[in-house]
Amino acid sequence: MNDIAAKVLEGDPRSIARLITHAENTSPLAASQMKKIHPYTGKAYVIGITGVMGSGKSTLIYEMTKEYRRQGLKVGIIAIDPTSPFSGGALLGDRIRMTELATDNGVFIRSMGTRGMLGGLASAVYDVVEILDASGKDIVLVETVGVGQAEVDVIKIADTTLVVLVPGLGDSIQTIKAGIMEIADIYVVNKADRSGVEQAVAELESLIDIACNDKDRKTPVLTTIAKQKKGILELVKEIENHKNYLKKTNRFQAKRRKRYEAELVEIIRKRLMNFIFDESTFKGKVESLIDQISKKEVDPYSAADEILGKILK
Amino acid sequence: MNEKIRVLVAKPGLDGHDRGAKIVARALRDAGMEVVYTGLHQTADMIVETAIQEDVNVIGLSLLSGAHMTLFKDVTSLLKKKGLNDVLVIGGGIIPDEDVSNLKKAGVSGVFGPGTHCDDIVKFIRKNVKK
Amino acid sequence: MYDKKKMADIKKKKAEWNKDCYSKHIKKHSERKKIFNNLSSIEINSIYTPDDISHLDYNQNLGFPGIYPFLRGIHPTMYRGRLWTMRQFSGFGSAEETNKRYKYLLEHGETGLSVAFDYPTLYGYDTDHQLSRGEFGKCGVAISSLKDMEILFDGIPIDKVTTSMTINGPAAIVWAFYIANAKNRGISKQIIGGTIQNDILKEYIAQKSFIFPPEPSMRLIVDTFEYGFKEVPRWNTISISGYHIREAGSTAIQELAFTLGDGVEYVKWAIKRGLKIDDFAPRLSFFFNAHNDFFEEIAKYRAARRIWSQELKNLGAKKDRSMLMRFHTQTAGCTLTAQQPEINIARTTMQALSAVLGGTQSLHTNSMDEALALPSEKAARIALRTQQIIAEESGVTDTVDPLGGSYYIEWLTDKMVEETYKYFDKVEKFGGVIPAIEKGFFQREIAESAYKYQKELDKKERIMVGVNRYQMDEPIEIPILKMDEKGEERQINRLKKLREDRNNIKVERNLANLKRAAHGNKNLMPFILDCVHSYATLGETCDILREVFGEYKEPAIY
Repeated sequence: MNDIAAKVLEGDPRSIARLITHAENTSPLAASQMKKIHPYTGKAYVIGITGVMGSGKSTLIYEMTKEYRRQGLKVGIIAIDPTSPFSGGALLGDRIRMTELATDNGVFIRSMGTRGMLGGLASAVYDVVEILDASGKDIVLVETVGVGQAEVDVIKIADTTLVVLVPGLGDSIQTIKAGIMEIADIYVVNKADRSGVEQAVAELESLIDIACNDKDRKTPVLTTIAKQKKGILELVKEIENHKNYLKKTNRFQAKRRKRYEAELVEIIRKRLMNFIFDESTFKGKVESLIDQISKKEVDPYSAADEILGKILK
Repeated sequence: MNEKIRVLVAKPGLDGHDRGAKIVARALRDAGMEVVYTGLHQTADMIVETAIQEDVNVIGLSLLSGAHMTLFKDVTSLLKKKGLNDVLVIGGGIIPDEDVSNLKKAGVSGVFGPGTHCDDIVKFIRKNVKK
Repeated sequence: MYDKKKMADIKKKKAEWNKDCYSKHIKKHSERKKIFNNLSSIEINSIYTPDDISHLDYNQNLGFPGIYPFLRGIHPTMYRGRLWTMRQFSGFGSAEETNKRYKYLLEHGETGLSVAFDYPTLYGYDTDHQLSRGEFGKCGVAISSLKDMEILFDGIPIDKVTTSMTINGPAAIVWAFYIANAKNRGISKQIIGGTIQNDILKEYIAQKSFIFPPEPSMRLIVDTFEYGFKEVPRWNTISISGYHIREAGSTAIQELAFTLGDGVEYVKWAIKRGLKIDDFAPRLSFFFNAHNDFFEEIAKYRAARRIWSQELKNLGAKKDRSMLMRFHTQTAGCTLTAQQPEINIARTTMQALSAVLGGTQSLHTNSMDEALALPSEKAARIALRTQQIIAEESGVTDTVDPLGGSYYIEWLTDKMVEETYKYFDKVEKFGGVIPAIEKGFFQREIAESAYKYQKELDKKERIMVGVNRYQMDEPIEIPILKMDEKGEERQINRLKKLREDRNNIKVERNLANLKRAAHGNKNLMPFILDCVHSYATLGETCDILREVFGEYKEPAIY
């Protein structure tokens, strides 16, 4: 079992898959193996793809992947779908659009449930990026949930973030207003064979003039028709341009640093929450404090002080 | 630890009847499992590769065209060839009794026909899942 | 429908009855359920009376059989004149085996043929294609070329018997096989009669045996419309089908609304092409499901006729022939149980009766063993006999629309019309049927209904006899159909020999011509006919179209 990290580094699919499962389950083995693979990470370029449901993200990813494969690059894909808050289960259906990639050994696709994480990502996504990176993938594509409007967390993990829109979807512009505007490195107007493309592009351009990510770079707006493979090559080139821009302006290292920061925060958060709410040390105490709060014998802030006091002492 | 049963629901062959597959996928989701659904027209290669990458505990095959003897067996023998011995395989469809015993011999552990209660599938998976 | 004073009296009396009798009664003896919902989740009242249908105008909304709006039937005499066509959907294994079954069914009184094809054929692949693996002859007969079609109908009088063919994606090609076979036998195109299903919209929505994307698929369909009314005038060039939508789990209302919506869409495309509505509309036919809820099904068929005639009139039809809806019905396969299979005969009888009371033009009754396998000879014969009992013994054929005027039936019919128009509005908001398909609207609606139905069964809120009540543990004693194991090998050899023996230069030329035509906008039927006459196979012909048109991928909905 201990050589799972070594096998991951060799690119063995079953070991990659198994280590991802361990990471998702936050098993002790995951921590030990993740430590081993970290030195071998940092090579893969991470692209985040976000946008509303029905914008064709999966098809876009499928076509982008085929283009990267033509260029001889290896691709990892992380497709995230929401976990039901009621049952804890999830329906992971993004592979439907990518079935032909299943048998390409230069591609590894993993579907993940959010498992309680908000912001459009899954809790273990940082680990999964590292694992795919360590396994020798040149490109890692992260597809966010695509149902909510506040899927901004993807910028914490992606080197380049694509925001995908479609013409005529009434809520497109609203989505932008809701904060997605700030996260895009590239806008993609997909399904550009539909009417209203010019309008959608024009609206975007005018919004970009008002708010832009980087002051010295105007966020480009691209049109694609993923279904007909149109605009894909241009998109891939534009991502390359953005990569070069990041490197030239020393923003690349800053981005990566931010990702590690987010990852560290997430690991600590998970461990801390686990420590407080799941481990036997605290579980009884927490339960009784909740009872006390319900009976108005104590207020939630004092209860929090008490728990944190115990940890911090 | 935060383990979840992961299931691949797949439709091998050309059959397009996906009502059962979709209902089962949703029922398993509602039972707290993570269900990967890959859509129609899957080859045995696609199913097995997907099962590897998604590290599923269970593969649920659904087929109503009657080609189950060929197509289900294609999947189980490929699983064996690749050494995936810890994946539970179940199947559903219009499957006559005499085929059921043959399929079980070939490694399809549970076979569910029309009129199956979704809970029975959930229970079967929970009881027989191997890892 | 009634005079005002009488209506006021009835309403008054009903209120009194409700207060003094009904309400008091149920206080003491509660009903079996708090709410009685039918399968479409429509709440059903304890009783229906004239005031429930007082808003209807008899002449305008119900009328008389044989005239607009055709709600009560499309012929003035209905079954007093001629019984429905007894048409059993059948096909398995090789063309030889199915040919034998057809002859058997005709000998036993069947009056029309209906071909079930296997999956490779439905997807336009030859038997020797790699994706055909394991599927040969499994859920229908394998037809890869004109040669197979010749064998399938060998010795069957296709100048007299009509044939329905359940084929969609490659419908134009398979129809061409049939026409070519007739021609080779010296039978004129003008005489042969039958139906091709040719309904691609419901494939995207429910049945999923699609090949090409919507646009080129619609083009091919309009090509068959045009070729049909000009060259094969007795042929129904489409059978707009709700059957599969229902089997995929929809409610009766969804079946009705989505099917009629599809129908209107086809008409619009044909008009857009420049065809005259009164030329092609008389050759449009429909295909519905007969499910469990007896009265709801009857109301569905009646509502369908009323809506269709209204819609066709609105689209500009002038001839009665264009406005009257002819339809085939099949009892619901999804209601059959693998448990205690013999009781499926009773289920099927009820369902078939609803179709007859709803005024169907042709009918398929399922065999009792179909939840287990393809029907055996005996099971298929009993299914046919079921129809014959309804036709010859029950007396329901003696008058037209015998349930017309039932307060419940008329109320429910009208309610289904109303609900259908609500769905039409929803689809309109998506920008039409095809955009709604691409956004997964229908698929999502159906998946929701299917899941809800299953949950109701699981919770025993709905009862399926033998499945979640009155179960038995007994060995099943139904002989299962065995297929000829050599069939597949024989078929593959036949294909190999065909490819050697035919004039391949001619085949190449015809396929190249088809390709050129597909890139343009000419009617493709003559080009397809040339291909099949020269014994180009189904797969080869379809591949040309796949190359030009591309293949459809469905949106992810579950």
